[in-house]
Amino acid sequence: MTRVLFVSTSTGPLFFAFVKNKINLQKWDKMSFLVDSCIMFFSQVLFFGGGWVFFLKQLFRDYEVHHSVVLLVFSVTFSVSCNMFELIIFEILGIMDTSSRYFHWKLGLFAILFVLIVVLPFYIAYFIIGNLRFVPRKKFIQGILTFVAWCVFMYFFWKIGDPFPITSPKHGIFSMEQCIGRVGVIGVTLMALLSGFGAVNYPYTSMFYFIRHVTDSEIQGIEKRLMQTMDMLINKKKRICLAKRESLRQASQNIGGGIWGMLKTVTSGGPSENISLLKQENSALEELSRQLFLEMVDLNNAQERIEYSKTFKGKYFNFLGYFFSIYCVWKIFISTINIIFDRVGRVDPVTRGIEIAVNYLGIQFDVKFWSQQISFLLIGIIIVTSIRGLLITLTRFFYAIASSKSSNIIVLCLAQIMGMYFVSSVLLMRMNMPLEYRSIITEVLGELQFNFYHRWFDVIFLVSALSSIGFLYIAHKQAASSID
Amino acid sequence: MMSSVEKVKILVVGDSGVGKTSLVQLICHNEPTSNPGWTIGCSVEVKLHEYKAGTPAEKTYFLELWDVGGSTSHTNSRSIFYNPVHGVILVHDQTNRKSHQNLRKWLAEVLNKDNMKLLGNGYEFDPEQFAGSQVPILVIGTKLDLAESIREKGVSRSSSIAEECGADEINLDCQQVKSLAPGSTNAVKLSRFFDKVIEKRFNSGREGNWCSDWLRMS
Repeated sequence: MTRVLFVSTSTGPLFFAFVKNKINLQKWDKMSFLVDSCIMFFSQVLFFGGGWVFFLKQLFRDYEVHHSVVLLVFSVTFSVSCNMFELIIFEILGIMDTSSRYFHWKLGLFAILFVLIVVLPFYIAYFIIGNLRFVPRKKFIQGILTFVAWCVFMYFFWKIGDPFPITSPKHGIFSMEQCIGRVGVIGVTLMALLSGFGAVNYPYTSMFYFIRHVTDSEIQGIEKRLMQTMDMLINKKKRICLAKRESLRQASQNIGGGIWGMLKTVTSGGPSENISLLKQENSALEELSRQLFLEMVDLNNAQERIEYSKTFKGKYFNFLGYFFSIYCVWKIFISTINIIFDRVGRVDPVTRGIEIAVNYLGIQFDVKFWSQQISFLLIGIIIVTSIRGLLITLTRFFYAIASSKSSNIIVLCLAQIMGMYFVSSVLLMRMNMPLEYRSIITEVLGELQFNFYHRWFDVIFLVSALSSIGFLYIAHKQAASSID
Repeated sequence: MMSSVEKVKILVVGDSGVGKTSLVQLICHNEPTSNPGWTIGCSVEVKLHEYKAGTPAEKTYFLELWDVGGSTSHTNSRSIFYNPVHGVILVHDQTNRKSHQNLRKWLAEVLNKDNMKLLGNGYEFDPEQFAGSQVPILVIGTKLDLAESIREKGVSRSSSIAEECGADEINLDCQQVKSLAPGSTNAVKLSRFFDKVIEKRFNSGREGNWCSDWLRMS
């Protein structure tokens, strides 16, 4: 359902923009600016709705929304982030006037920086302080503490920029370029970490080569062991229960006995010793039962994967997995080359592909037209897959760690991650676009050291991919050995 | 001595984080817990219960309360705990309406345990199916203290699962020992539920109720 919504929100504004281009409007500057702004506003509303629905139906599936400001802030972040992607697409397709595009770029950039640096950290601090037990309940004190926390955040945010060659000296102290530079560093790090892990994890989960073979008898064996452990645990708890009742009865009988009664309870101290020993055995058994249960979950998951691999969908993804793993190996290789030889690719893949096609393969076609179409397709695919991939990862992350107390804080942190991720993907996407479309990004983002960001991405990607390989290898070996 | 006391098994199920572990601690040991971690798998507590306390037919039974961990990632392995089951306690969090809506899914999961692998992940609760199985149910809402601060006025809910199943409902705060003080309404409802479970388990073969037993004995 979210897929349908997503497709409709992305094609809606495109449709309107195409209609406007086809109809020959008088080149009246103010009028066209108004129309462009209406298009942008309309698409913003659509993206806002998309974020709203995603939040309610997917993320907050098991929780009730107590503070609607969380829902609002999340949807606003999503809509402003998607706005930037939309502007890139408009840039490639030549929709809207250059001047209004430039204006909306600046506006969108200011909006997202405001949300990422001021709004989100403020609300995250507010909810964290609200959850702490030792803070008094008065709103005024909480507000002051939140503001102090936000100032601390701003200090560290500024400090992050120091070790990196982010800005050139001609920028002012509090300019947008400084902020973008820092947001870019954090976002690029996040992107590289997630890409590195995803590049290694996707082939591992989708290819059959890595599936553990689990038989029914193994699962039944573990089930039997688990139930035996539970039975032993229950028997011991029953003994404790009965012993407690016995000692209560004895104590009530001896109340009237005076000194003689006290002597009696002291000498018959047998049951109480048993109780503490039994409790120790119980905690060991409980730990064992937890481990057996987790092993059983692993075995059941492995069996589900085997079942899935027999279906058509499973086979299709396995096939894709092979291609993707080749792509991942190539990407790791290229990152290493880039770092060793200090090389940053200057030519984007579209132009390089067309060059090869024209010069080596001798295919003749209208370069300008096709370069536009292919860039549109390539950039569009990159945008859609990165949005979808990020939303799926965030959802899975949220389900794993959220509880009813921390759900607000975690979802706001995820919104922050999402915003930073999208800003830096715009930054890095510049390299995938032909020269004529790069200019707007360069112009809008100011003179950032783009080469630095690509190099930083390569480094973190390599580190993340290699450590994921190591991590998965250890986990795989451990899982295989625990069954035997 | 232990083998002479009969037992019944009661499942305590509900979403992750609603307070099942605290509730079971309160029922069995009469003491509140400090922060328990997430329950992995199942943790069991036992309690001695006097069936028909205060009557000549008074008998001691063991209640096994099986507190099943509610994480969604463990759904495929939970079914081994559901067999056999003599009573179900559905636990929801009063500060989170979704946990109340999810109780239907939980009941369906417990009752459909045999068909688990076939159904996949879509559980639909069917009241008629429940009527056929006749397992006694109790619905408990936790975090009463937090709920009162969030909802100042009484909010009318859509039909509660307790009404649909004809089950009793208790709302309490698991950190307060006096919630289940002997003689309080909550304690009476709980005791009545336990009696119903024992009755269904051990007297289901026989016709009629304890009245006829009493007449036969006298």
